[in-house]
Amino acid sequence: MSVYQTHTTDVLVIGAGLAGERTAIEAATHGLDVIILSLVPPRRSHSTAAQGGMQASLGNCAMGYGDNPDIHFEDTVKGSDWGCDQDVARLFANTAPIAVRQMAYWGVPWNRVVAGRKKLPDGREIEDLKEYEGLITARDFGGTAKWRTCYTSDGTGHTLQYTMDSIVIKMGITVHDRMEAIALIHDGERCYGAVARCLRTGQLHAYLARSTVIATGGYGRLYGVSTNAVINEGSGMFLALETGVVPLGNMEAVQFHPTGMVPVGILITEGARGDGGYLLDKNLHRFMPDYEPKKKELASRDVVSRRMIQHIRKGYGVESKWGPHLWLDIRHLGRKHIYTNLREIANICKNFAGIDPAEDLIPVRPTQHYSMGGVRTNIDGHAYGLKGLFAVGEAACWDLHGFNRLGGNSLAETIVAGMVVGKKVAEYTLGATLDCPLQLVNEHVRRQESRINDLISGRLGKENVYEIRREMENTLMEYVGIFRNGPDLQKAVDKLQELYRRSLKLGLRSSGKYASPELASALRLPGMIRLALCIAYGALNRTESRGSHAREDYPYRDDVNWLKRTLAYWPPGAELPVLKYEPVKITELPPGDRGYGESSAANAAKSGNHTQENKK
Amino acid sequence: MAERLLTFSIFRYNPNTPEIKPYMQEYKLEEMPGMTLFVALNKIREEQDPSLMFDFVCRAAICGSCAMLVNGKPRLACKTLTKDLPSRITLLPLPVFKLIGDLSVDTGTWFRHMSLKTEAWIHTTREFDPRAREERMDNETALKIYEAERCIECGCCIAGCATANIREDFLGAAGINRVARFMLDPRDERSPQEYFEVVGTEEGAFGCVGLMACEDNCPMGLPLQMQLAYVRRKMAAAGLAARPQTRAC
Repeated sequence: MSVYQTHTTDVLVIGAGLAGERTAIEAATHGLDVIILSLVPPRRSHSTAAQGGMQASLGNCAMGYGDNPDIHFEDTVKGSDWGCDQDVARLFANTAPIAVRQMAYWGVPWNRVVAGRKKLPDGREIEDLKEYEGLITARDFGGTAKWRTCYTSDGTGHTLQYTMDSIVIKMGITVHDRMEAIALIHDGERCYGAVARCLRTGQLHAYLARSTVIATGGYGRLYGVSTNAVINEGSGMFLALETGVVPLGNMEAVQFHPTGMVPVGILITEGARGDGGYLLDKNLHRFMPDYEPKKKELASRDVVSRRMIQHIRKGYGVESKWGPHLWLDIRHLGRKHIYTNLREIANICKNFAGIDPAEDLIPVRPTQHYSMGGVRTNIDGHAYGLKGLFAVGEAACWDLHGFNRLGGNSLAETIVAGMVVGKKVAEYTLGATLDCPLQLVNEHVRRQESRINDLISGRLGKENVYEIRREMENTLMEYVGIFRNGPDLQKAVDKLQELYRRSLKLGLRSSGKYASPELASALRLPGMIRLALCIAYGALNRTESRGSHAREDYPYRDDVNWLKRTLAYWPPGAELPVLKYEPVKITELPPGDRGYGESSAANAAKSGNHTQENKK
Repeated sequence: MAERLLTFSIFRYNPNTPEIKPYMQEYKLEEMPGMTLFVALNKIREEQDPSLMFDFVCRAAICGSCAMLVNGKPRLACKTLTKDLPSRITLLPLPVFKLIGDLSVDTGTWFRHMSLKTEAWIHTTREFDPRAREERMDNETALKIYEAERCIECGCCIAGCATANIREDFLGAAGINRVARFMLDPRDERSPQEYFEVVGTEEGAFGCVGLMACEDNCPMGLPLQMQLAYVRRKMAAAGLAARPQTRAC
């Protein structure tokens, strides 16, 4: 018979990054009992790796004067290429200033306005006024009309997470770290919690809760090279998908950050360009103004990444044994600025490339960075398809980001959504009962036990988890990258389907006992390949280009046919997701010109509002 | 440059199977250009021994997960390049912390306990007003707080500390630095006397015997000795300030 520990709580939060902890705090503030599960101690979460900052329209710094939530909203919608939910974007932009100020109240040492005249690296002169001195300042980020990104040097995620966790500790919220959720407990209508495996002992646990919140972050590690931490394997997304009734939204919307360091893929913050850094080619020519005369290096991330690849394809990349790359040049910002405001970057350059960015150029290439898609929820964060299941942060498709997220909007989303969704979770939970049938729990635990036994015994096959995983990573890297096309995407789908079938026949080489790391990987892999299939299949079927989804065979945005969100379902036993679509909600800002990017340039050239058409 | 054949001698022990005594296991691996211990350990796990336990998260020296003893010294494995090491590399788990298995230790529980003990959060009687503008702060003060807040709780300073290796309850450099972070913060309303309760003891600022391994081993280059001196002086001042009152009683 099954031996497992059972825990009961009001709210179960899966994931202890910023979104999970902020949601937990909100729920606990409403008097609810909360347990947070986390793969790692909360302060090791990937949120801590966010460097550049958090957008909120405080308008305190010289280049931010006149900013307000309306402009933040507009920037966000344009950045999303009109793929986002405008009600969500509006709520978000209105709430972000409160979120930043509350984090200041809780202890984040935000950089502050220093009054006086300053000369920017590009020669512009600005003056920060005395009346704003000591208020929270901001830096420039891509795709924004104002300087709006609040920061603590380049350790913003770190200070936010440490401060957030200090409140979790102060409130005495229970955290079970090294505890991995491996299945949701549900009956097809309602979610009752999760089955988890202890990463210290290997023991199974059942967590029963009136509401369950997925806050597990992104899936960057599906790609062979990603800026993401190694724990970002999309677990919460595939747990939700596995229920068969909860859809994932817009999984084909994958963000590539322009400046991942070559070859390791570690992130170099957008703050480096925001503070005045340039992108250079092999001739040390600053090429971005040639493509984007208005925004230059600070167009949205999807646009800058595409321009970089375009430029490399024209033969201007710097050859290296890891393939062609470009340079990021921040030398002209000066040693003092680099070693205070961009110090973690300087450390990364020194540690992993042996270079000093005050004197040397940094080798960079666009690198997988963020997933706009995720567990589809309504504006309350309530997942489609299952009552009592919520999702928040990068794991969710709330849908704030549409087809491209602006830099500085992810940290802001984790906290704003944590506040908003946390409140809705509390309201729902206060009205919900905990009437989970014990038999259902037993069934769910037993199913996981038998998966584990099959992997250990090799009853279903002896496929190697690491080999299949490597092939999945390579498939996405090769065929589902920045520029996409029908034949390549079809190849990806075919290959991933083959890998998926093989992933159902894994057999371990180690004993799989206790906290076996091989078993943990094997339990995740089929879910990860399902996510990969949602990405590739969604991309294959979306015959337009929008934001980060750039089809060479359908190069234009198609608002007539594609102003809609992809919903990917995985019915039991399926080998491909079932795709459905829903309209995108447009409230205030109808689709138009982003003001940067390829279509904007084409529009300017034609100097008319000629409608472009994808060739059929 | 000819690539070397590296020999890793790695500590093996699983507390779930105490009947198998701890031992050192050897693995051979061809060195690759730019190889870090993150790359090397993952290669060993994937190609030679999938049971090997170790922790990495960010692999960019930001999250503090992967500290271990590399040839006897506490280091972040992710940013340790094999080219800087001899061809024989010995890896042991960090001492002081509870062992989870092989190279994996439970720094998380230790640091959460430290945060609880030092009450490492802003103590304030003010209420948050969502409609109000934020309180002003001098930028230099913000930068000073950030300087102390940069600790990534990796545990290198604790593992390399003679006192922490002897006294289980010693807060160590990370704990004292954490207290300094809140002392520096004008938002925290705790008085020097209240801090004295937390760190004015042998478990806190006065337990240090001054060997300074903490600062030598800190991968973030934090000025831990300066922070220790800062806290000690504050505590000495708090002690002196408290004395006349004691006599008056």
